Amino acid sequence: MTNASPETSKKSWKMRLWRGDSKGGQFQEYDSPVLEGEVLLDVVHAIQASQATDIAVRWNCKAGKCGSCSAEINGKPSLMCMTRMDNFDPGVPITVAPLKTFPIVKDLVTDVSFNYEVAKRVPHLKIADPGPDGVRRMYQQDVNRIQEFRKCIECFLCQDVCHVIRDHEDNKKYFAGPRFFLRYAEMSMHPLNTEDVRSKAREEGGISLCNITKCCTEVCPESIHITDNAIIPMKERVVDRHFDPVAWLGRKISRKPYSQLPKS
Amino acid sequence: MSSFETHEYDVIVIGAGGAGLRAAIESVALGSKTAVITKSLLGKAHTVMAEGGIAAAMGNVYPEDNWEVHFRDTMRGGKMLNNWRMAQLHAQETPDRVWELEEWGAVFDRTGDGKISQRDFGGHRYARLAHVGDRTGLEMIRTLQQKAVADGIEVFMECSILKLLTNDDGSVCGALGYHRVSGEYVVFKAKAVVLATGGLGRSWKVTSNSWECTGDGHALAIWAGAELIDMEFIQFHPTGMVWPLSVKGLLVTEGVRGDGGTLRNSDGTRFMFNYVPEMFRAETADTEEEADRWYTDKKGARRTPDLLPRDEVARAINSEVKAGRGSPHGGVFLDIFSRRDPEYIKRRLPSMYHQFKQLAGVDITREAMEIGPTCHYAMGGVRVDPDTAESTVKGLFACGEVAGGMHGSNRLGGNSLGDLLVFGRRAGIGASQYASSCKEPSPQEGEIKSIVAEADKILTSTSGENPFDVLHSLQDTMNELVGIIRVERELVEAKDALAKLSDRARNLSAPGNKGYNTGWHHALDLRCQLTVAQCVTLAALERKESRGGHTRDDFPGPDKDHFGKVNLACSMASGEISVTETPLPEMPAELARLFEEAK
Ligand SMILES: Cc1cc2nc3c(=O)[nH]c(=O)nc-3n(C[C@H](O)[C@H](O)[C@H](O)COP(=O)(O)OP(=O)(O)OC[C@H]3O[C@@H](n4cnc5c(N)ncnc54)[C@H](O)[C@@H]3O)c2cc1C
Ligand code: SF4
Ligand code: SF4
Ligand code: FES
Repeated sequence: MTNASPETSKKSWKMRLWRGDSKGGQFQEYDSPVLEGEVLLDVVHAIQASQATDIAVRWNCKAGKCGSCSAEINGKPSLMCMTRMDNFDPGVPITVAPLKTFPIVKDLVTDVSFNYEVAKRVPHLKIADPGPDGVRRMYQQDVNRIQEFRKCIECFLCQDVCHVIRDHEDNKKYFAGPRFFLRYAEMSMHPLNTEDVRSKAREEGGISLCNITKCCTEVCPESIHITDNAIIPMKERVVDRHFDPVAWLGRKISRKPYSQLPKS
Repeated sequence: MSSFETHEYDVIVIGAGGAGLRAAIESVALGSKTAVITKSLLGKAHTVMAEGGIAAAMGNVYPEDNWEVHFRDTMRGGKMLNNWRMAQLHAQETPDRVWELEEWGAVFDRTGDGKISQRDFGGHRYARLAHVGDRTGLEMIRTLQQKAVADGIEVFMECSILKLLTNDDGSVCGALGYHRVSGEYVVFKAKAVVLATGGLGRSWKVTSNSWECTGDGHALAIWAGAELIDMEFIQFHPTGMVWPLSVKGLLVTEGVRGDGGTLRNSDGTRFMFNYVPEMFRAETADTEEEADRWYTDKKGARRTPDLLPRDEVARAINSEVKAGRGSPHGGVFLDIFSRRDPEYIKRRLPSMYHQFKQLAGVDITREAMEIGPTCHYAMGGVRVDPDTAESTVKGLFACGEVAGGMHGSNRLGGNSLGDLLVFGRRAGIGASQYASSCKEPSPQEGEIKSIVAEADKILTSTSGENPFDVLHSLQDTMNELVGIIRVERELVEAKDALAKLSDRARNLSAPGNKGYNTGWHHALDLRCQLTVAQCVTLAALERKESRGGHTRDDFPGPDKDHFGKVNLACSMASGEISVTETPLPEMPAELARLFEEAK
């Protein structure tokens, strides 16, 4: 079980929450008791319920599944609902700030519409028709890779931390960002997809701007190996000079699963 | 028309969970100008949290499975109170809906021969749940979200609907809402409205439901004159986390038991063997050896009692804890670590592994989980026509958790995600067809004015109560008095308490400005929660028997001859809720036959 020290449950913790809106704001300090096993989102909620009912904060699942509660906690982009209070030293105030890369709406809520706009530009899968028996066959070992990418909860922490857009607002026009490189990679590696997205990943997604710093992978709460498993293989595919779309398509459709063919 | 921002559509869909997105996809495909409205961001609706899978008789793992078996399981799980036609359509159509998801990009776990894999779940005779590890809801919502974006469907994110608008003949013609970000009001004029607002569990203290599940659609519907049925039936999921307090109520998927986990009390006894009801005795294992063999031998062995329908398991856990055989934090033990190897557990249940490790400091591959019942799902909802999803009010449609009838008195695990797809699609068709033939919407100005005044008052009031205090009192009341086990005295107490809470809720204040003001948002949601809590309590008082998600201590058995033949319907007239008995639709002989052959 949890083994928070006894004083964690009694002591009042100092929380520095950013309060304000698009016009400006500052950190405001609150004292709040912390119970054993609580996460940071619990403490923000406790302050909201008793001290400042108008605090703006997004959340849905409180279980790391919906990707709503992203913030910068002591400077580190994280999910508030998966940040245990017993990770911190009770004596030191905890700073909670909104994501830096996106415009501020209010308090801890930012305008993440950039990501929804990019999503509209990403090409859509075109899945091959079923086989002659009416079934689309895919084998587990062939989908493991893309299932990893599909674990993404769209918390946009990777988008927040990526310096290509964090430090250069202008790049947002040309750069889809790590979350969406997963989408391109997924399409490229999907056993039944018939749409070649390699040139689009470069021309529309701007994947060449990524210089593989791996910051995105470090913050991903789903531990998706964004750089190693998606971006790097995708970059390799994109620069492959010898690619011939017809041969590529042919290879995909006729490819046999590596192993475990049906016994019958 | 009012001075507020105004939009016009053929069809508006309120809700962007599985049901709402599926409805919108269909409505747009049929050529209707359609918008989706959601309280949170796209892709965050409650559906994202579904874990175990989608029940569909595809027969990929057990070829003997077919829609008739699924239909029979669903009706028996619902203790025969389900609308038979909904259960039939659901069983017949889910396989196509699942294959369609695959075509749209969903990547389900696979069987050895490359088909969609299917797992065991409570109450389902065969392994039937299409799944992706234990994050099936994420896969489903992402697939539908991406399809909706590809189809160019308009989405109003972080926009809450406060009231449905009606033509002067009472038919629904749109909705009034506000943008959560700015606090500004917005009017939607629409020929048809689809409610897909999900559940209502947030009014209980221990719940698996998010802040969004305040029963808004249930309330919007009854305010607009529609009937709600089966409101007394609330599903308490047997396995919620119980410790630490911070995560009390958080769901532990039934997939843990589907994949071999078993329930034990503090003596280490697998107590479910002592709680097999008559109805399921013939098909349930009576020794541990047989139960364990069943996981691999569906024909030679009968199913483990760990996978009885949820109402049975929740009641059994409740009894064990009451008898003093509970775990240290007031639950019982769920053990998979001693039964499956760590690699298997991590592969099949990755997010459960993660959830316990990170939030409770428990490694489920090495120790037992502590679990107990949590408020999970509303069987009751808007009464709809099974084929078109139209409510009893013209122009108003409902699908997903907000609709009633499909699940009877108790829903089987995995039957919600299929429900969203089958009836989401049908609601899209129903609404789109209705919109093509109805008159132009003309909302009544007075309706808009009165609700705006009511909402504004909360912001300007300086003497009102903190909305969070009223919310917490409501959650305590429902948890204590309208929980798993109910009794007349407590239900009457709850009724009185709710009347007092409604008075308090008329005088709330939410200081601060209009933009993203959480206190104000909660105050507005409370209006819905209180209406819905009253419906649940009144219907629970009325149903003097125990059945599915409604257990009365003072009427412990089912009443076959009277309550087994009726649904209770709630409706509202001049602010008063009334409950009436309505006869169950009669099942045709060729379906009724399926239940005679069984025993
Ligand atoms: C933890 C968990 C696990 C589950 N696992 C399974 C499972 O494995 N299999 C299964 O079949 N079922 C499962 N269920 C049940 C199932 O997930 C839900 O019943 C289902 O997702 C509900 O879907 P929905 O589309 O009806 O509503 P939701 O997904 O709840 O969506 C409701 C939508 O309506 C919007 N909304 C609500 N009110 C308003 C308003 N006033 N104005 C505007 N928008 C509004 C919300 O913002 C949201 O977009 C699970 C449930 C939980 C909680
Ligand atoms: S690896 Fe690429 S995408 Fe990821 S943070 Fe670095 S530059 Fe951005
Ligand atoms: S890839 Fe990881 S960090 Fe990025 S949005 Fe998805 S879950 Fe979040
Ligand atoms: S609230 Fe869902 S990820 Fe934190």
